[in-house]
Amino acid sequence: MRMEFRLAGSGGQGVILAGVILAEAAVSYEGLNAVQSQSYGPESRGGASKCEVIISDGEIYFPKVISPDVMLIMNQSSWNKYIHDLKKGGIVVADSTLVKELTPVDGHVFPFEITGSAIHEFGRPVVANIIGLGCLAGVTGVISKEAVRKAIMKRVPKGTEELNERALELGYQMGIRKTLEFTGRGESNGGEDFEPIRDRSKASV
Amino acid sequence: MVKTGKGILMQGNEACAEGAIACGMRFFAGYPITPSTEIAELCALRLPQEGGVFIQMEDELSSMAAVVGASLAGAKAMTATSGPGFSLKQENIGFACMAEVPCVVVNVQRVGPSTGMPTSPAQGDVMQVRWGTHGDHPMIALCPWSVQETYNIVIRCFNIAETLRTPVILLMDEIVGHLREKVVLPDPSTLTIVSRRKPQKSSLPYLPYKPVYGDVPAIADYGDGFRFHVTGLSHDYTGFPTNDANVAAEEIKRLHRKVQAARNEITFVHKYRLEDAEIAVFAYGGVARSAMEAVMRAREQGIRAGLFRPITIWPFPEEEVRQSLGALKAVVVAELNLGQMRLEVERCLGKGIEVIGLNRVGGQIITPDDILETLRGVK
Repeated sequence: MRMEFRLAGSGGQGVILAGVILAEAAVSYEGLNAVQSQSYGPESRGGASKCEVIISDGEIYFPKVISPDVMLIMNQSSWNKYIHDLKKGGIVVADSTLVKELTPVDGHVFPFEITGSAIHEFGRPVVANIIGLGCLAGVTGVISKEAVRKAIMKRVPKGTEELNERALELGYQMGIRKTLEFTGRGESNGGEDFEPIRDRSKASV
Repeated sequence: MVKTGKGILMQGNEACAEGAIACGMRFFAGYPITPSTEIAELCALRLPQEGGVFIQMEDELSSMAAVVGASLAGAKAMTATSGPGFSLKQENIGFACMAEVPCVVVNVQRVGPSTGMPTSPAQGDVMQVRWGTHGDHPMIALCPWSVQETYNIVIRCFNIAETLRTPVILLMDEIVGHLREKVVLPDPSTLTIVSRRKPQKSSLPYLPYKPVYGDVPAIADYGDGFRFHVTGLSHDYTGFPTNDANVAAEEIKRLHRKVQAARNEITFVHKYRLEDAEIAVFAYGGVARSAMEAVMRAREQGIRAGLFRPITIWPFPEEEVRQSLGALKAVVVAELNLGQMRLEVERCLGKGIEVIGLNRVGGQIITPDDILETLRGVK
């Protein structure tokens, strides 16, 4: 098993933290190997921010991602910049609040109102990264919700644990629901041949 | 405290700080700079917990000076920086060589020259590490390729510094410094930790710079009760300056000799599938990870390739390079600079072997595909 992820957005959206949590979940709570790397500009907010995670049950040498299996895209410019790197048949979770123009992709696209939900449900756009991570976990099933939850507890700032836990739950349910819609009825822009990476027949909705 | 014995996710810079603390580093002075900042950040949090001292100094010159002072007072001391700060530390690194002050200096390389590209990887400082400070001095530098190795190697850096009483450079790069991956930390009680040897109380009159252990003197820590003088000027056994040509020459030669004599104990290389190789990749630090993957893929395609990865880059592992690569058809030297280590490899291998540089600057990394393509192009 080897899965390559790219998470991209604008500096300050928290895509790097989301990637760190994904890698933490894999290493500490799923017993897998993972590497996480990042590239960002010198600015602390704004500018492009990109985080890459590789999860594997074997050794990982080259730590960067050339053609991701899975992407989380949090803004339009990241979509425009990276969408063509997606592996054929790969999965994209996009924040449709900020990615308005979903250009055609040879893969499965899952748009969610991520930032919109963060504002609407929590009044805090800052939790969009965790909602997005929840969507990613729900859609791909590559990492269990429980592992992500534990990793969030370990990595988010003190005092924000409960807020982030709720954000994860919301995102995860959004992800699961949309995936079941897609795979159950074939009614989807995710594509007819979409198969979740891990069987989640036992997942609770 | 960090958990030991179980796989955890850790960043290269964190591993550097935690490894140093595990082997007894209790003084850190620095001036944070990307991509090394997390080392200072973690030391600021962790050293007070361990009864140590963290100082953010006014600049890099003073932070290196503070490290020298703390080490002379008996602390295992470290500083961390990146290229622009490493340039500023050179004067006092030279002082530490000359005054034989053990310390570890971490350089997490980024793109240069000057302030270059703060968040992008490079390996452009390998020659600066060797010759950045002036005068004829020996230099020891180790270069890790993973988070786990960073943890293990920073401990070796301290052991070497303490044994030989000399500064040791831990030369990282942005790829490894910022990388997070799985590590398993050893139980601290299983670590081999070496501390500097002290003078015997009976050995009066005290001559701090008289070599006692081979070519290494037993210099007291300030506060131990010995009175002595420390200077960057050429000095005799008393530690006071001298203009005697013979004494000065002998001192400079001894500084080199003590490192040369320890060559076998301080030279670490990693070799992969070189036994039956026709061509090899020579790579170090983060780029060696690309090289490893390229070599594995080349083997799958029937190309008899191998990897030579120096962990100790200074003193340059001349014998190991000649022994392992001396009978090959070609060697590809892959590095994030315009060919600094290639010169060393060429020097060691002579004219009979084709040495091919695979070089990149400007912040883009060298991918396994790039290396594989170069390997396939070797006729």
